[in-house]
Order: sequence, then structure tokens, then C-alpha cells
Amino acid sequence: MKLIKKVLTAAVATAMSVGAAQAAITDNEVRIGYLADMSGGYRDLAGPNGLEALRMAVEDFGGTVKGNKITIVSADDRNSPDVASSTVRQWIESDKVDMVAGLVASSVVIAATKIMAGSDTLGLVNGSAASSITNEHCTPNHIHWTYDTYPLANSTAAAIVDGGGKNWFIVTADYAFGHSLENDVRTVVEAKGGKIVGTVRHPLGTNDFSSYILQAQSSGAQVVGFANAGGDTVNSVITAGEFGLAQSGQTVAALLFFLTDVHALGVKTAQGIQLVTGWYWDKDKEAREWSDRFHQRTKSRPSMVHAGIYSSTLHYLKAVETTGSDKASVVRAEMAKNQVNDMFTKDGYIREDGRMVHDMYLAQVKTPAESKNAWDLYKIIRTIPADGAFRPLSESKCSLVKK
Amino acid sequence: MTMIFGVPAAAFFGQLLLGLINGAFYALLSLGLAIIFGLLKIINFAHGAQYMLGAFAAYLLLHLLGINYWMALFLAPLIVGTFGALIERYLLRRITHIDHMYGLLLTFGLALIIQGLFTNIFGVSGNRYPVPDALSGGVNLGFMFLPYYRGWIVAIAVVVCIAVWFLIEKTKLGGYLRAGTENPALMQAFGINVPLLVTLTYGFGVALAAFTGVLAAPIYSVAPGMGANLLIVVFAVVVIGGMGSIMGAIITGLAMGIVEGLTKVYYPEASNTVIFLVMIFVLLLRPAGLFGKEA
Repeated sequence: MKLIKKVLTAAVATAMSVGAAQAAITDNEVRIGYLADMSGGYRDLAGPNGLEALRMAVEDFGGTVKGNKITIVSADDRNSPDVASSTVRQWIESDKVDMVAGLVASSVVIAATKIMAGSDTLGLVNGSAASSITNEHCTPNHIHWTYDTYPLANSTAAAIVDGGGKNWFIVTADYAFGHSLENDVRTVVEAKGGKIVGTVRHPLGTNDFSSYILQAQSSGAQVVGFANAGGDTVNSVITAGEFGLAQSGQTVAALLFFLTDVHALGVKTAQGIQLVTGWYWDKDKEAREWSDRFHQRTKSRPSMVHAGIYSSTLHYLKAVETTGSDKASVVRAEMAKNQVNDMFTKDGYIREDGRMVHDMYLAQVKTPAESKNAWDLYKIIRTIPADGAFRPLSESKCSLVKK
Repeated sequence: MTMIFGVPAAAFFGQLLLGLINGAFYALLSLGLAIIFGLLKIINFAHGAQYMLGAFAAYLLLHLLGINYWMALFLAPLIVGTFGALIERYLLRRITHIDHMYGLLLTFGLALIIQGLFTNIFGVSGNRYPVPDALSGGVNLGFMFLPYYRGWIVAIAVVVCIAVWFLIEKTKLGGYLRAGTENPALMQAFGINVPLLVTLTYGFGVALAAFTGVLAAPIYSVAPGMGANLLIVVFAVVVIGGMGSIMGAIITGLAMGIVEGLTKVYYPEASNTVIFLVMIFVLLLRPAGLFGKEA
């Protein structure tokens, strides 16, 4: 017993002395863990190509920080909060991972960031949509980079109501994400004097949407909004086209619509749909140049999530270099001190709730005549300025926000 | 406006028709499963993957070789069916003498491998397959807008279902098939090549799944996961109809499409579960299924 006590005391003492020496890169390595859906429904959104974007960031940074090697490990979260929790716990406790990148499904992110909270590991959330990640689920150990549901609902719905689409019918995925998106849209539409004339809630992963489309069509609403995601949105839009919603004068609004979804549908089916995106590969010269390099490696164009992974990783590595530390609290503070200026955004900044605030874009899917190739998919209609794009801190429920 | 259970009559009939169209998919898929189970006693868990292969075969034929929908309707089932026959010949045959559970595991494993391969190659977002020109557009029926293509699905599905039923229940070849599974040794003694018959039957069941996949390609996203969701529902349909009953599978498929369609109007949240509720009631009251024979 005495021996165990001695060993324990020694271990605690060592641990404390390591803790005291803050400005150091532990284990002489900066270890990045990439946690994402690599095989399920969100695979194309982040997946293997997101890992490639992460590798690009590490290579562009030079592969080392102050002579310390940067290493990458990756894992498939299988869209399961349980898998995510155990993976992140192992990464923190035995693999000494310093930063977790990727982080896609909202449920996975909420579980993973709970484990990271209070540790020395920082999470950079890029794939996830839920705005609650920097609201009621905020922690000092993560930053939410690319986008969230707040601008999706606000900007898309507001733009369409302003354009005259007052009466809405919403087709909602029947789970937390869909409900919150539906509520956000309802708030915006009603605040602007519009009306929700009907909603229908479908189970996640529905095979056939014709019944819901028919209900939307016979509702007589001017706008049919889809508050769902991924394969459900793709199949909703296909069926809306098949039943001629646009021909009968209804506007289709996909509230969460990714480049990969539009690519899967093709411009013939998706043309004219308005959406909000955090980034677009063809938005300016810098974005195009980076996308060309990405395209050479992956044979596909990057989504906003891929770009966010690259941008957030570079910003992280710069902060590690400046502080000479890979401790989450130190790096997190340094990251917030500097604005983000890269191919992703200009003058982006990190708020106390962990939200990286940057310009968002209202885009419209091009027509077949306008689109020059398989990835030439969006025209940017207008820029949504950073201030006002995301939920204001005055409405925040995050415990880190001082009021 | 006339109302039926609180829903305008027009909307009600529209939903009834859409339910029937989805039912046609269930009927075609459960028909293939029922044939395979009835004659081979294999629970074919790869059926959803084979349906997906049919859709992808059509997609690849169009994009790589420029072969149109009408040709694909024949070619895709032929290609995927041949693949199925090879699976039976070289894999399933090795385990026919042991517990049926192994057939289930083998086909389930195959389904996972096939889906995984396609996910790796094509991603999960899916691909678009255009509606053939002759069937694009639709007609206003007064109570709803019916795309021509959906009408075509019901028509062709009913024709194929009846033809298959006729083939198996009313022709000499069908007679051999049924006899071959009842008493293979006796049939062999009569000079019938039973193993070949079994291979062809499995191939035919798989071809039916692929045919359904081609039918689905223009209206759903052609994606590696498209069969996985559907398969469980279709199994429930087969259980309700009675394992191995051909007519049972067809009628139950259409009926369950309608039940699900109406649920989407009255209580959409339950539309994914309603078929399983029916399944539980049927199992409690008639364990062999509505059209099955008690063992």
C-alpha cells in the first residue's frame, strides 16, 4: 500500500509540475485528432476529404511547430455520440491529443465537447449545424467555425419573405434539428408579416416524399420550405421537381443545403433554389486557388466544411506557434486575440461563446445555361455581413458570456 | 368540399394513389424476397443492396455507355441477376445444408460489403438519373397532379407481379421449381437439374430487385444507402403476407403502401413505424402471416 501511495504522490507531483510549466508543447508533438463521419450519411460533407483538407493545413504550415512534429490521427464517429465520447476520452487520456478537428453531427459534437470541457484539448467544430453548440452547450474548450442554423433560418427565410413569399408550408425532419430550424423560420417569417399556413413532420430517413410534397402543393402556400438535411433534402427536392412545384408557382427553399447536395442533384433539378452558405469555392481568387489545390488531391471541389477545417487548423497552428503551448486555454485565448484572414474569410473573429463570426452568403443555384461545369453551382446574391449574421450575444444562453 | 375523415376528398384520393405507387415498390421487392425464401429457404438480406445495384447499373450504363432507360430496364436486371446467380453458385450453395441463419448472415455481410464499396467509390450524396423523355411531365387528374412516370411504375409493377405469379404458380417450369424444393432427390431422379434450377431462381429473385432499382432511379437519389432503409420495411411486408407466399407478398405490398400513405396524412410522425405495428398484430393473430400456411 505504501508503495502505491508513494507512486501516486509522485505521479500527482509530476502532473502538477507539468501543469505549472504552461508554455510548453507537451510530448514534443502537436497531436491533432480528426473525428468525423467517414462512412455514413454525412460522409461527403466532411469525411475523408475533410481529412485531406486537414493534411493540407498541416503541410502548408510546414509539418512542424517550433521544431515539434505535427501528427494526425483519425477516427470514424459513425454518427454515434457514444462512439464519439469514448474516442475523445481515449484521445485525451492516453493518446494526448491536443486538438480535435472535424466534428460533424450535432449530437456527436455536443457529446464530444462535454468530454473535452475542462481538459487541455481544444475542439474546432466545423461540420455541425446546431447553433446551440455555442449557446446552451458552449464550453471553454471548443470553437464553432463554419456556419450554424441561426443564419440559415434568418437569412434564407428573410430574403424570401422580402421577395414577396409571405405564405409558407414547411416540411420538417421530425427530430431536434428539424424542430429548431422550423421554429427559427417561423419566428422570422411571422416577424416580417408572413404566415406559416401548414407544416408536416416526416421521420428521419424517409424513402418517399411524394405524400408530403402533395400536401405542400395542395396547401396553396407560396413558399415550400424544407427544414431537413442530407439525403432527405435531396429526395425532397427531386420530388418537388417531379411534381412541378415551381411550375405551379411555388418557391422551393432548402434551409440546410450543402454544395455536395446540389452537386448530387445537378443544376437541372436544383436550379433557382436559394440557400445560405458560409463559404463557396468560387467566391474569390484566394478561395479558387485553394480549391484548385484541393481538387488536384481529391478530384472534387471543397464544401464550406472542408474549407473551414483548413482555415481553423491553420489559425490554431499559428496560435500554438506564437504561444509555444498546446494547452487548450492558452491557445484558445491567443486564437481569439487575432482576426481570421485567409481564403475562408476576412476579419473573422472569435467571440467569448466560441462562435467564429464571419460573413455569410446568400446564394442561388445556377441554371443549366449559367453553369459551365459540374461544380459551377452557385451565384452569390449578396453577402450577409458578419455582424448580424449570427445570434447576438445579448440573446445568448452561454454561461461564458458575461452580462 | 367533401371531407373524408377530416381531409378534403381530393387530397384523400391523391394520397391513396401515391400510397398505391409506393406499394408497387414494396410488392416488387417483397415478391423477389418471397420467391427466394419460398423456394430456397434463404432469407436474402442482400436484397436491398441488389436493388441499389440495379439503380447504379442503370446510372452507369447511361453515363459510361450512353445506354438509355428502356434498354437498362432489361440489361440492369440481367447483369445484377447474373451476379446473383454467381453468389448462389459459389457462396450460398456451400451453406445450404446448415442452419438458415448462416444464409442470413452471409447475405447480410455481402450487403454491407457491397454498400461499403459503393460508398467508397461514389460517396453518399447520390447521383441523379433523369426521367426518360417519353414519361416526363404529368397530368392533372383534378384531385392531384400525377407525374406520368409514377403512373408507369404502378402499371409495369402490376404487370410484372402478375406475370411472375403466373410463371411460378401456373406453368410447368414453376411446377418444377416448387417440386424441386419440396423433394429435390425425387426431382433429380426424374432427370431435372435441381441445383441449376436453384441458381436460376436466386438469380431471378435478384434480377427482380435490380429491376425495381431501375424503376426507382429516376425518382430517388441513386445512392449506396437507398436499399438499406427500404429493406427492413419490405421484410415486414413479407412477414405480414406470409413467408414464401407469392400472392401474399404482392397483395400485402400494395396494401401496406396504402396504409403507409394514409398515415402520412393523418399522423406523419408514425409513417415509418405503422407497418411494423401491423406486423406485430398480424404475428399475434396469425403467426404464419395473412396468406401463409401454418407449418
